[in-house]
Amino acid sequence: MLSKRIIACLDVRNGSVVKGINFEGLRVAGDPGELSRRYNRDGIDEIVILDVTATIEKRKALADTIHAVAKEIFLPLCVGGGIKDEAHADAAIEAGADKVSLNTAAIANPELLTTLARRYGSQAVVVAIDAKRVGDIFQIYVRSGQQATRRDAVDWAREAADRGAGEILLTSIDRDGTKSGFDCELTAAVSNAVSIPVIASGGAGTFEHFVDVFTKGQAHAALAASIFHYNEHAVSDLKNHLRQNGIPVRLSC
Amino acid sequence: MIKLIDYGAGNLTSVRKALSYLDAVFETPQVPEDLGHATAIIVPGVGNFEATTALDGTWRQGIANEIDRGTPLLGICLGLQWLFSGSDEAPDVPGFGAIDGCCRLLKQEAGDTSVVGTYKVPHVGWNSLHRQRDSWILEGVNEGNQVYFTHSFAAPITTECVGATRYGIDFASVIEQDQLVGVQFHPEKSGDVGLRILKNFLNRINAS
Repeated sequence: MLSKRIIACLDVRNGSVVKGINFEGLRVAGDPGELSRRYNRDGIDEIVILDVTATIEKRKALADTIHAVAKEIFLPLCVGGGIKDEAHADAAIEAGADKVSLNTAAIANPELLTTLARRYGSQAVVVAIDAKRVGDIFQIYVRSGQQATRRDAVDWAREAADRGAGEILLTSIDRDGTKSGFDCELTAAVSNAVSIPVIASGGAGTFEHFVDVFTKGQAHAALAASIFHYNEHAVSDLKNHLRQNGIPVRLSC
Repeated sequence: MIKLIDYGAGNLTSVRKALSYLDAVFETPQVPEDLGHATAIIVPGVGNFEATTALDGTWRQGIANEIDRGTPLLGICLGLQWLFSGSDEAPDVPGFGAIDGCCRLLKQEAGDTSVVGTYKVPHVGWNSLHRQRDSWILEGVNEGNQVYFTHSFAAPITTECVGATRYGIDFASVIEQDQLVGVQFHPEKSGDVGLRILKNFLNRINAS
């Protein structure tokens, strides 16, 4: 049976892992290579590196970070943050990323999803969607949650899948960093609209939140950052909890 | 030396990294003639079956010659599918044909409408290997161990199947026929279990 994936997110700035609340107030939480090794030992299924302050001069630092993680961690590795064009995607994949995640650039230029899917296969193309509840709809924000668009998350998810994206990384801006639980309504709405896997993100605080997002939220994978950073056995403890609740997970052998 | 074939189907960085991590020495042949006296051949690949058209007549002959010499060969993902007769993904493109059978699109079982949203295609994530019989490529791998998949088409269960996986249907996730092996998943992305499988392959080279 296909396992539900538990994904650790490393928000990286200048080569260090940082974590903010509601996309703001970053503080340092560790070294990406060291955290990745620990997560690997503890049974993490996948790692996402998000460059939260991607700028041209930091591109080289990001490539070094990717390389440091990829050379000894043999798990799927996704990289996102400021990937604007094919050249940025190439650099990330060349450094060792298996997937690239596109957010602002995909909204601005949806054709980029198709171009990258043709070049690397859909399995390498993740569309990241940051959504916020506005009345009855889930409105998309871009530029790290700073700028509202007129797009609806469910519609955009459908279009992105049609254009060649292989997975959706769906973040609730309302829940990000709050530890109040994933937005299961948002996750289920998107998951039901597309045939590709949906990774839920934003709001993980307790193990029960993961149970909820895999059942009520119909997520295929769940991503978190701070819940894993500060507790040595969080991943294995979480997976044991999920298994006890009847959710299929991969346990370390 | 090990020959890692790059025919343009996907990026090989992670395969290279995993082989280097295991201290394997390898090179990428530029022309089929470079295949001569390979210690082993690895055919990786992700993407559409059509991409395997790049492995044209002379490549096929070069690879067939090496197999006849008893050179171990590992197909990964699309590389496994290519070992079969063909795939519904590109019906006009013949596979290598070492194993009879055609790769088909993964889909929910007929009549079972309850699984919409459960069996999404592509099949992405960690799933279990179920041992079918004794095998050198799966030595040290336990029943139920999980590995990382990302694919839409899958190979049928034949007598060469040593490991099967269930996703709506049962399909061949590991095949083995003497020195010829193939895996549908990505051993270079499957943690310790994947590294063990790659090591088994490398050990076979040293033993032969």
